[in-house]
Amino acid sequence: MNPLVAVQGLAVARGGLRALEGVSFTLSAGQALVLRGPNGIGKTTLLRCLAGLQPVIEGDIAAAPESHAYAGHLDGLKPALTVTENLRFWASVFGQGGVGDAIARMNLGPLAARPAHMLSAGQKRRLGLARLLVTGRPVWLLDEPTVSLDSASVALFADVLRGHLAAGGAAVIATHIDLGLPEAQLLDLAPFRAGPTRRGTRAAGFNEAFA
Amino acid sequence: MSIWEYANPTKFMRTSGAVLPWVVTLAVLCCVTGIAWGFLTPEDYRQGSTVKIIFLHVPAALMAINIWLMMLAASLIWLVRRHHVSALAAKAAAPIGAVMTLIALVTGAVWGQPMWGTWWEWDPRLTSFLVLFFFYLGYIALWSAFEDADSAADLTGVLCLVGSVFALLSRYAAFFWNQGLHQGASLSVQSGERMSAVYRYPLYLCMLGFFLLFLALLLIRTRTEIRRRRLAALLARENRT
Amino acid sequence: MIALLMRDLRLATRAGGGFGLALAFFLIVVSLVPFGIGPQGGTLSLIAPGILWVGALLSCLLSLDRIFALDHEDGSLDLIATSPLPLEGVVAIKSLAHWLTTGLPLVLAAPVFGLLLHLPGQAYGTLMLSLLIGTPALSMLGAFGAAVTVGLRRGGLLLSLLVLPLYIPTLIFGAEAVRRSVAGGAIATPLVFQAAITLGVLALVPFAAAGALRINLR
Repeated sequence: MNPLVAVQGLAVARGGLRALEGVSFTLSAGQALVLRGPNGIGKTTLLRCLAGLQPVIEGDIAAAPESHAYAGHLDGLKPALTVTENLRFWASVFGQGGVGDAIARMNLGPLAARPAHMLSAGQKRRLGLARLLVTGRPVWLLDEPTVSLDSASVALFADVLRGHLAAGGAAVIATHIDLGLPEAQLLDLAPFRAGPTRRGTRAAGFNEAFA
Repeated sequence: MSIWEYANPTKFMRTSGAVLPWVVTLAVLCCVTGIAWGFLTPEDYRQGSTVKIIFLHVPAALMAINIWLMMLAASLIWLVRRHHVSALAAKAAAPIGAVMTLIALVTGAVWGQPMWGTWWEWDPRLTSFLVLFFFYLGYIALWSAFEDADSAADLTGVLCLVGSVFALLSRYAAFFWNQGLHQGASLSVQSGERMSAVYRYPLYLCMLGFFLLFLALLLIRTRTEIRRRRLAALLARENRT
Repeated sequence: MIALLMRDLRLATRAGGGFGLALAFFLIVVSLVPFGIGPQGGTLSLIAPGILWVGALLSCLLSLDRIFALDHEDGSLDLIATSPLPLEGVVAIKSLAHWLTTGLPLVLAAPVFGLLLHLPGQAYGTLMLSLLIGTPALSMLGAFGAAVTVGLRRGGLLLSLLVLPLYIPTLIFGAEAVRRSVAGGAIATPLVFQAAITLGVLALVPFAAAGALRINLR
């Protein structure tokens, strides 16, 4: 079976310097990959690179076009819109239909008509994660998805994630919290920390070009 | 051996370091001789001694436009071929261009006072230089607004492209808007007879002098920029480990 | 695309959206002018075309930084950039939303402001027409400026410095058309030039703005 994402020899840069290099992994339907590593090693950078927000310095990412949904540190919510309106907007941007299922699965039912500025931080996060369900995309790229969630919500999200994987999805997750997904693979990024710039490689930015 | 090898910072530093003293010497020679020669020319029968400001005004105006064109070329090279020195050269050229524009505007005002009886006139040529000055200011401000050199280089490149189109548009719009007092081009290829040779040769020398002056300043400033980037790179490396 | 347009319009009209602020600003600018230069009708009607156009330009400028900055702050811009919408289309739609909430009200309200400045009767049609032709270019160029400065925390002032020079051709032709119609001259030439600029801007600037957005997102 074809992998959903195949990453080969990837190098990513932050602040004009290579942060990680030589990262390779493949991800098939039903698999989750948890990125581990100390703060500042480049987990967010790697995810943004996979999402296509940042340029690839070296190596390549093979994935079906428009197969990923990205969830970063910020939830992308509009405070003036209600929970349903926020979700409906993302659903129509991604060309999907109803939002009722996503609201029910992230336990947002009682809050559906509430404007987003009246939600607590954890509730906002739940809404942000519910957005993933309305994208209809198979590969989820999650950057610290459980920030400000209580343990019940973490368990709820783990259930949603498991359902997504069972339905043929996949996920790349940067997190320090155990999500209760024993089947997830771990990828420790520490060995991929970029070394000193080698001669003859393409400069990632000004800071490498003038080293 | 191709011209692109100078995109390598080390190579650029070595070569520019070698030619810099010569360029500086030549620039000083040409400027001093040109301006002194220009000052000793006879007075114009109509404009009197004020004509002599031409030896500052015309070369400065010429460079003001050409420096923007050079920045446009350098920005395109950066955006297409990603040569870092090119982006830094565009950055280094901008303040020189802004000062040249300012010299052209100020000398124009000083000249305009006795000739037209006003320091400032909303003449299309003057107006388009003022607009060009605004574009220089915007470009410089955008460079200095960003911490991250990579974003700054890309965004100023895009701004330079868009700005070039609009500087040109403003120029033609200004001609449409006001027909103007300014005399026609001082020099032109077809009719070289507008200005007598007495003025023309020192003017040519001044133009050459201003070009060399620009080249010298550009090399010095680009070298400074490269050193600054090296320092930033060292600090970035230091902070990461 | 339509969802994005509807969302932006809804956000602009809801509480805190700032809809109508530009119009109020326009009103204040226009009514400050007589205080500054005196109430003589003759002088006012002479400078009315210029004041109306400069006022429209300034009030358009006022809301530019909201085009992308809010979406950048709350992370929506990242998510939109990873969505199926092409970024060029996003730029076009967002400047359309900006025009509908800022430019179009200005066009519709301009005759009232013209009355305040004693604009001669025959010029009202031209005023509205030239604003209608010119303001879309103002919104689109503003979106370019907003895209360039979106990553900066205090980008508002820089945005004005970058965008105002880009407005000069539109301003020249727009005010010229109104001035000519006050003087009873032919207005076709400046309006055609203005339309050409607007069409060119609408066709090409989205690409530059989307490029700038991509640079700022990485």
